[in-house]
Amino acid sequence: MSAMSAKTTTAEPVLEIRDLSVDYGYGDDPTHVLRNVSLTLNRGEVLGLAGESGCGKSTLAYAATRLLAPPGIITSGEVLLTGRDGRRADLLGLTDGQLRSTRWQDVAIVFQGAMSSLNPVYRVGRQLVDGILAHRKGMPRVQAEERAAELLSMVGIPADRLRSYPHQLSGGMRQRVMIAMALALEPQVLIMDEPTTALDVVMQRQILEQVMELRDRLGFSVIFITHDVSLLVEVADRIAIMYAGEIVEQAAAGDVYRRPRHPYSHGLLGSFPPLHGPRRELSGIPGSPPDLRRLAPGCPFAARCPHVMDVCRTDRPVLGPTAFASTGPGVATAAEDGRLVACHLHAQGSGPVPKALAR
Amino acid sequence: MTFLLRRIAFYALTAWAAITLNFIVPRLLPGDPVTALMGRMQGRIDSNAEQSLRVLFGLDQDLSLWQQYTAYWAMLFRGDLGLSFTHFPTPVADIVGQALPWTVGLVGVATIIAFVLGTLVGIAIGWRRGTWADGILPVSTFFSAVPYFWVGLITITVFAVNLRWFPSNGSYDRGLVPAFTGEFVGSVIYYGFLPALTVVLSSVAGWILGMRNMMVTVSSEDYVTVAHAKGLPGHQVVLGYAARNAILPQVSSFALSLGFVVGGTLIMEMVFSYQGIGYTLYQAVSTHDYPLMQGCFLVITLSVLVANIIADFAYVALDPRTRKED
Ligand SMILES: Nc1ncnc2c1ncn2[C@@H]1O[C@H](COP(=O)(O)OP(=O)(O)OP(=O)(O)O)[C@@H](O)[C@H]1O
Ligand code: SF4
Ligand SMILES: [Mg+2]
Repeated sequence: MSAMSAKTTTAEPVLEIRDLSVDYGYGDDPTHVLRNVSLTLNRGEVLGLAGESGCGKSTLAYAATRLLAPPGIITSGEVLLTGRDGRRADLLGLTDGQLRSTRWQDVAIVFQGAMSSLNPVYRVGRQLVDGILAHRKGMPRVQAEERAAELLSMVGIPADRLRSYPHQLSGGMRQRVMIAMALALEPQVLIMDEPTTALDVVMQRQILEQVMELRDRLGFSVIFITHDVSLLVEVADRIAIMYAGEIVEQAAAGDVYRRPRHPYSHGLLGSFPPLHGPRRELSGIPGSPPDLRRLAPGCPFAARCPHVMDVCRTDRPVLGPTAFASTGPGVATAAEDGRLVACHLHAQGSGPVPKALAR
Repeated sequence: MTFLLRRIAFYALTAWAAITLNFIVPRLLPGDPVTALMGRMQGRIDSNAEQSLRVLFGLDQDLSLWQQYTAYWAMLFRGDLGLSFTHFPTPVADIVGQALPWTVGLVGVATIIAFVLGTLVGIAIGWRRGTWADGILPVSTFFSAVPYFWVGLITITVFAVNLRWFPSNGSYDRGLVPAFTGEFVGSVIYYGFLPALTVVLSSVAGWILGMRNMMVTVSSEDYVTVAHAKGLPGHQVVLGYAARNAILPQVSSFALSLGFVVGGTLIMEMVFSYQGIGYTLYQAVSTHDYPLMQGCFLVITLSVLVANIIADFAYVALDPRTRKED
């Protein structure tokens, strides 16, 4: 049950997104940006979410936290959060008051635009404190201020920076302030939407290592969103690959990296140099993502897929087991452990899977 | 600190330019106002007085322009703006000093009401876009689009002539002696209501629109989303995060509009025959009372300048990003 040992105990879901669909725009012709996305975050784990720009990663984060701004609307789905008391509640069904108390206490989020996430007219300290006090009604202000100072030193910023305004901080510092802020109430789930893209590589690594260290200490679960898969491979336990508003592959981090099962994952991995080892030739993926406003039937990746088949242009592949049996002893007939893929190549009777996807 | 010094230097320069312009312009005007005055007074002014008028008015050819200029500054520092022609020999400073409180009181209060009301309405409809409250927008815009004197005439026709609820002109019941009594103050408010209403009607739309648009812009800022994500209570998000940032441009235009209180009320005071600085200026122009005109212009220019200073400092107080030092 302990969060610290979650990696080794049986998976206990803390946040479960089921069949979440999001449209942008009202009226007759909305854009279906998310289509039946399901994703489970287990207690204590780091779940990576990767995909090209515009595939809907941020939309997923906003929708799951009910922060989606108009014209975005959630058209279906559930977001089940398991509370500290073990009870599960659908975030999408909470009243405004319930939602407010869940926010930041249970689910905190660091946004993609962390540079502009701080209110420019208030001191950093005030912005840390107001979040704490909103949830700890009786707490004296001094105590909240002490907590704020503690949080800043936790992310390696001297406590006297509480008196600074956001514009007086460097980009890296602002980013860390946001992370400190998100951890103020020791949430169960921390969602980080490309928390480091605006920073240089050294700073990125530093902040990331810090977050992972804090996670080991505090035991929260993380959804880490990025378009950089090689970064995820280092920090995530599991990785979900997103393409054009759908999850196309989901597996343990090392598996996605070493043995991708979906042609898109394979291509995506080729788009980034590995952090360690010799630099590989960047193969990239030819073509560009489809226009979500005019999605053709069939697989959204069909136009760019080197293995495209006739069925791909007519039938949409759904997320399911891979074509490979688990390699563990005695489970020869079970599906490959926990791996899911949405590709017709893995459908029964569709012939041998191409070599690159069968490692 | 350097910011402060730079601003002060800038304002000092502007004030100097404005005052100097005020000195030069009447001297470029054709004609001789003193001779015109002598004609009007028909010998009631002796030649000694005429000579001193010429000096005051810079019509004394014996003095060099530079000497006139230094004399002019000396007069200003004594608070001496010369003597009015039409109310001869009342000092211009006295006339302006009597008119100014009426304008500042009436239009100042009306401007503050319009600002507060418009900003609050703007916050509300900017935050809750697409509700019935959006209907306020075209109505208030209508009043600001109609020429001001027209709004004034309509309110007079409706509320003063037809309904007889309010007087159509003046600033207090002439039967009363000006004093700080409840009766007199009540009379001032009663007489001031219609003019104030027209000022509010014709200016509130600007505030509503400005605030609404800024609210819409600011509402999609990341820090507002973060405030939501933190689970802050709704009013704290709206006021502390969205409105607190959206009001910044609003505040600087408010301070500027306070500057135009003194100069911009000409038409209102004409329509309501209200005894403020605008009405005084109007009378000065129609009677060719040059010293009075000059005095009015000086007050108007300086008040715009003072308002600018207030705007600057209010903005610095509200937006930490403008404070470079510390
Ligand atoms: N307000 C909006 N109105 C209409 N379409 C939108 C809106 N916001 C996002 N979209 C569309 O939704 C899709 C997903 O956007 P989203 O921001 O979730 O992508 P993302 O994966 O986070 O991309 P990035 O890596 O660039 O952050 C995009 O195709 C985008 O065009
Ligand atoms: S379903 Fe077809 S087009 Fe889509 S990824 Fe698989 S092989 Fe390629
Ligand atoms: Mg994004």
